[in-house]
Amino acid sequence: MIRTDEHHSCNGTLKCHSDQKQQESNSLKNGYHRKETVQKNGKGDGFHQPRVRGEDSFEEAPMYVAVLTYMGYGIVILFGYFRDFLRAVGLEKCHQAQEREEQKDFVPLYQDFENFYKRNLYMRVRDNWNRPICSLPGPVFDVMERVSDDYNWTFRLTGKTVENVINMGSYNYLGFAENNVDFLKTVAEETRQYGVGVCSTRQELGNFSIHEKLERLVAEFLGVESAMAFGMGFATNSMNIPALVGKSCLILSDELNHTSLILGARLSGATIRVFKHNNMQSLEKLLKEAICSGQPRTHRAWKKILIMVEGIYSMEGSLVRLPEILALKKKYKAYLFLDEAHSIGAVGPTGRGVTEHFGVDPNEVDVLMGTFTKSFGATGGYIAGKKELVDYLRSHSHSAVYATAMSPPVVEQIIRAIKCIMGVDGTTEGQRRVRQLSENMCYFRSRLKEMGFIVYGNQDSPVVPLLLYLPGKVGAFSRAMLKRKIGVVVVGFPATPITEARARFCVSAAHTREMLDKVLQSLDELGDHIRVKFSRHRPSHRQELYNETDFELDS
Amino acid sequence: MAAGQQWVLVEMVQAFYEAPAYHLILEGILILWIIRLLFSKTYKLQERSDLTEKEKEELIEEWQPEPLVPLVSKDHPSLSYDVVTGPPSHRIIVNGKECINFASFNFLGLLDSERVKLKALSSLKKYGVGTCGPRGFYGTFDVHLELEERLAKFMRTEEAIIYSYGFATIASAIPAYSKRGDIVFVDEAACFSIQKGLQASRSFVKYFKHNDMEDLERLLKEQEIEDQKNPRKARVIRRFIVVEGLYINAADICPLPELVKLKYKYKVRIFLEESMSFGVLGEHGRGVTEHFGVNIDDIDLISANMENALASIGGFCCGRSFVIDHQRLSGQGYCFSASLPPMLASAAIEALNIMEEDPGIFRVLQDKCKHMHKALQGTPGLKTVGEPLTPALHLQLENSTGSRTNDLKLLRAIVDYSLDRQIALTLARYLDKEERFLPPPSIRVVVTVEQTQEEMEKAAQCIREAAVKILK
Repeated sequence: MIRTDEHHSCNGTLKCHSDQKQQESNSLKNGYHRKETVQKNGKGDGFHQPRVRGEDSFEEAPMYVAVLTYMGYGIVILFGYFRDFLRAVGLEKCHQAQEREEQKDFVPLYQDFENFYKRNLYMRVRDNWNRPICSLPGPVFDVMERVSDDYNWTFRLTGKTVENVINMGSYNYLGFAENNVDFLKTVAEETRQYGVGVCSTRQELGNFSIHEKLERLVAEFLGVESAMAFGMGFATNSMNIPALVGKSCLILSDELNHTSLILGARLSGATIRVFKHNNMQSLEKLLKEAICSGQPRTHRAWKKILIMVEGIYSMEGSLVRLPEILALKKKYKAYLFLDEAHSIGAVGPTGRGVTEHFGVDPNEVDVLMGTFTKSFGATGGYIAGKKELVDYLRSHSHSAVYATAMSPPVVEQIIRAIKCIMGVDGTTEGQRRVRQLSENMCYFRSRLKEMGFIVYGNQDSPVVPLLLYLPGKVGAFSRAMLKRKIGVVVVGFPATPITEARARFCVSAAHTREMLDKVLQSLDELGDHIRVKFSRHRPSHRQELYNETDFELDS
Repeated sequence: MAAGQQWVLVEMVQAFYEAPAYHLILEGILILWIIRLLFSKTYKLQERSDLTEKEKEELIEEWQPEPLVPLVSKDHPSLSYDVVTGPPSHRIIVNGKECINFASFNFLGLLDSERVKLKALSSLKKYGVGTCGPRGFYGTFDVHLELEERLAKFMRTEEAIIYSYGFATIASAIPAYSKRGDIVFVDEAACFSIQKGLQASRSFVKYFKHNDMEDLERLLKEQEIEDQKNPRKARVIRRFIVVEGLYINAADICPLPELVKLKYKYKVRIFLEESMSFGVLGEHGRGVTEHFGVNIDDIDLISANMENALASIGGFCCGRSFVIDHQRLSGQGYCFSASLPPMLASAAIEALNIMEEDPGIFRVLQDKCKHMHKALQGTPGLKTVGEPLTPALHLQLENSTGSRTNDLKLLRAIVDYSLDRQIALTLARYLDKEERFLPPPSIRVVVTVEQTQEEMEKAAQCIREAAVKILK
């Protein structure tokens, strides 16, 4: 919990090079590893590298915040027990759906404690999620107004809409969630020609020429030999990892990996070990140990070791330490699975993801995975890499054999988006968007920091988590923002550690400066009002710092 | 209060002086022991390797991993895909040849429906393609809510929930309810997504013989005896039967009325996967419950994909709110995946409209299925697997050559022969090593409402010719 001795080094991008050495010893025991030797200002030869990884910042909140957070949870839990008691004796009406009479003597479908959290905590703030929208998920959208007559147990749509709410929640990084008729012309044509379904799997009669066209384009875009596309991003992980590793294999997984990676790892039957988030010492220790002592009990050598990491972590906004991981992977002959769900399109000077960001040859990464949901405004995922890898997946991927192939209009949307980013459509629009996104996210993040919020993650990440900590503020924050016509995503336990509830902003290239300024202004006011400006780095000489940061980012 | 505390302190100090020496020594040792326990390093098995750094380095140097993936030979049967150019509708172009489609699960022909396409287009105009977020984070669109409501209404259940991928539907639904320690009774012929769902749930899985209710009852009885031994434990073990309405691998219908009887007798919940039977069986296409006239409330969860009869993408689960609502926080494929593109949801809504407006379509399909089933009888060397009502039949070799690869080659030759004669068929594909009970190799023959009598006769004739020629 207490990391006060080092927090001063983790926020400012400028003043940290002096104390970087002291920290190396600390990084092992903390959950969040903040920095290592590679860093913007630290290296002398930084100029020769295409781009050096900016550091991830994970500022620690003051102690009292943690205490208050626990107290907050304590109070709602106590109240929960109290209300459960009232429900049990019939003083409070229970709104929950009940088991039907005929099956009351069955073994209960849910354990009672499973539902405690949902009934007593989630129900209080339930209106902040699943808000229905009725327009394009672009930079602004229309939220359908809903009210609850029974304290969030059920919702009723009033039929009214809150129009032009600024969308800070969708993963529309490059603004390809758009409905401009001209842009969508090809998509509409495909729909007219093909319809929307496929009604067969890739291995049977669901392998269309446009699927193959898409796969060639993805491979070309990423600069690798071959690629394969799948209909769902989540399933790309969960249905292909089992084809790559199995029994007697070891998976080393970052502790903050997405559920789909975890599910895929679990389904594969391989042994899974977890290393601390972005912590290279932890990873190296596990690698060394694994190779030296082999499999548990039998001590046979592992067949293969697969390191699973994400490009950008969606809840923390942190960036993978790719060069270090590649070095480790080479040293220990492990394989690397890189999930670029949030980074493809959004990171790198021309939007080709973290490999480009670090100036690394994409062929050095064994398995490049990514989704089309975010930057490309479509749905699905891909796996790319060497031809042998993709050929193997074509014949052994669960998805290729058992799941319906991708919908043709969706395929066309991805083709259109990638062509635009690559500039083969003859415009510079794609590159303009990549640059705009990079500008927007730097602006947004640095302004937030300047205002005194605790913001997690890397300066080059389009995901900007703003820490709220206290459970009571989560709901208040989201509702107040919606009132100001800004749609934000808030996340709390169990998606985050219990003390680290947060709001998450996804910056888009489609956001105009006016929109961002409006959001920032609202945040500034609201931050003062509900007191969530927890950062203790509020620079007194703010103008100066801001300018310098800006200068650095432009370089 | 203060005075009282002081007095206690004084008393403690006095007690300390009065205590015998051995007592103090003992306590002192105990305190030291506790401190030691607190600060000593925790014992870890893996760290106890007595290797020196150099030895470790040598080991690391020595270790050679297997290649990430084994090399796939170029002529691997599942590597060369058939390429379809143009829409997979009634007439399909496979590898450059125009054929009549007997392979896509487009049972009701809704894939080519102009109405569906127009609806999808108008949705595209309004919403674009992607949703750019999961349902929780502004990925819930009005069309999703409408589709859920419509599906629930169509199936006459309280609630429905949609997933963005057919495979992920039942594979996410099972682990949302069945956890470690629970017991699931599953039919041996259950499809791959059920198998993956079971694996993800980490429950205890008991397979019963395909459609064999006696075998199921035997297992249930065994469990009952087991329960009597430990009634306390039995009270928290959830039990489920997972079956398919119409088995994709076996092409036959589950004996639902018997299953419901067993359900109440042994207090087991039923999960029913209806991807093949939804929009196919029953007077109104509601699936196997309507086919048997079983009260749909007796089934705890029905799951189906929208990729076959509805000719869109995605899947849904429906049932009572008490059951279904739980998935909105616990269904992994629901919570952690981007939602279904609105245009695909709109297409599914329009397909539902067509199904509701014209229930005669199911009758037509069922008649055609029966016709095809009859026409394929007596094909020399091939046996028709499946019930007359199934729209996706399997043709298996009567006499296996003894090797799966050779069997597949023979069947592939029949498929190729038919492709040359404008009949598009496909082999049923499986992952040989992953399937729990690998079905025998087969050709899939799919019936749709668009096929005419003559076309079906032609297909059956063509298959017969091929069989005679190839399987002599």
